[in-house]
Amino acid sequence: MIDWVVLAASVVKMLIVIAFVMGIATLLTWVERKQSAVMQDRIGANRADIFGLRIIGLFQPFADAIKMITKEDFIPPFSNKFLHTLAPVITFFAVLIVFAVIPLGPPVEIAGRVISMQIADINIGLLFILAFGGLAVYGAVLAGWSSNNKYTLLAAVRGSAQMISYEVCLGLSLIGALMIYGTLDMTKMVFEQSGYWFGWIPRWGIFLQPLGALLFLPAAIAENKRVPFDLPECESEILGYHMEYSGLRAGMFMFAEFIEIIFIAALFSVVFLGGWQIPYLSENGFYWPWGGMWSLPIWTVKALEFIAMFFKIAFMIYFMILVRWTLPRFRYDQLMRLGWKYLLPLAVLNLLVTGVVLVVFGRI
Amino acid sequence: MKKKVTNITIDPGPKEDIYYPEVIRGLWITNRHFFVNMWRHTLNLFGVKTKIRPAVTYQYPEDPRPVHHRIRGRHRLTVKQDGSMRCTACMLCETVCPCDCIHIIPGESPDPNVEKFPEQFTIDLLRCCYCGYCVEACPMDAIRMDVKETEMAGYTRDIIMTKEFLLGQTDEKPWEKWMPEIFESEEK
Repeated sequence: MIDWVVLAASVVKMLIVIAFVMGIATLLTWVERKQSAVMQDRIGANRADIFGLRIIGLFQPFADAIKMITKEDFIPPFSNKFLHTLAPVITFFAVLIVFAVIPLGPPVEIAGRVISMQIADINIGLLFILAFGGLAVYGAVLAGWSSNNKYTLLAAVRGSAQMISYEVCLGLSLIGALMIYGTLDMTKMVFEQSGYWFGWIPRWGIFLQPLGALLFLPAAIAENKRVPFDLPECESEILGYHMEYSGLRAGMFMFAEFIEIIFIAALFSVVFLGGWQIPYLSENGFYWPWGGMWSLPIWTVKALEFIAMFFKIAFMIYFMILVRWTLPRFRYDQLMRLGWKYLLPLAVLNLLVTGVVLVVFGRI
Repeated sequence: MKKKVTNITIDPGPKEDIYYPEVIRGLWITNRHFFVNMWRHTLNLFGVKTKIRPAVTYQYPEDPRPVHHRIRGRHRLTVKQDGSMRCTACMLCETVCPCDCIHIIPGESPDPNVEKFPEQFTIDLLRCCYCGYCVEACPMDAIRMDVKETEMAGYTRDIIMTKEFLLGQTDEKPWEKWMPEIFESEEK
């Protein structure tokens, strides 16, 4: 017997998540330009207009989209056409599907059923994310190889080496948090982060696993192939693996990068920043650590929690764009040294300390 | 005074080996720039403290960058108080010009007190290198480069300033002329 309410809710959730992700990713092309401009004392893109209406360059994403769609979509005659077409699809698919297990808000009760705010409420959430994160390597490798070009092939080799190296660290930095929460389910993971130490420090992952959070961020940015780890695709100097792509196919690679920014921000918020939780806010209002409470209706609490999740994602996106426009690029040997000689031993050390603490003190 | 000597170490030391402190320092600087500039943008939006600029950008065509008052711009020919040309066609500027862009055809002056005057005085702007030697050489202060005009690009290959234009007697700018025969032939 099909539960029609749950089915309808799933469809609505899918549409909302796709619209949310695509909308934010489109907006991010504008945000990245404007934020970098303001950081560097510039003004940034502000010329795109509709009938003379500019609104600080907000039409720039539309102009970009029109440009990319109307450009010639050229497949090089010397390439492997099937794989050449498949590569951007794989890249795009791998970054989009992981949103299925990200809870974008608290579970809501509709018509007597508790509906969790993730599309697929599966109990292997984190494993699912890491598995599909690993699939993203194929996009880069296939794009570089199928173009039948020496430079794209070299970039693909660089990229795959980097992504595989940092995937190890990415997984290990998350396992520390995993050991503490004792679950792979993303919604349960957020619930594990409720409660306070000494009555006022929220039990968020960033306080439980500060080293894990510090190791996760560079590994995630390296997985996303963004500055300072943009060796595989640095568009201005050494040529990237998607050099032989044009039009909307090249746009898909770029768009996948922006979607992955949102995804990393969401994953960091869920695993380390307590998901949708606001400190001292519980089911029926704020309970202040100094006593007293401010009671709120249940729908206000839920709305506040959705907004909190959105703000956490927005903050992490701001942070990643800040990093991208601050740091210079790593050299290849520096990249490998950082990955294997610093991040990996630290991640293992983090695991070891977490394990010892868990065995000696039990679940804190 | 003893000069300040900066020692540059090849090995950056443990502080930069850890990498995180220096990253955080860099992030702090760009972050500060972002928020200071955003604050100034917001103030300017409400018309407060508009003299503090949040960006160094000049929005060029609408908001041209102010030029220095001593800029060596395009040339002009000066006139006497009675309106006649100061130039006596002594050919010094044409002689000194390293680009060979000034061409003078001298003629007999209508004024009996003045021996010569240029019947034609043309400057080929595309040859001119704006060195200012002609201004230096002129004994009569007849040619100056004090027109603060910097937008002199055009679609034609002969941007030649005539005597009338240099004297300011005509507004027909030579760089705004097209080459009609070429474009007509392209249309055909």
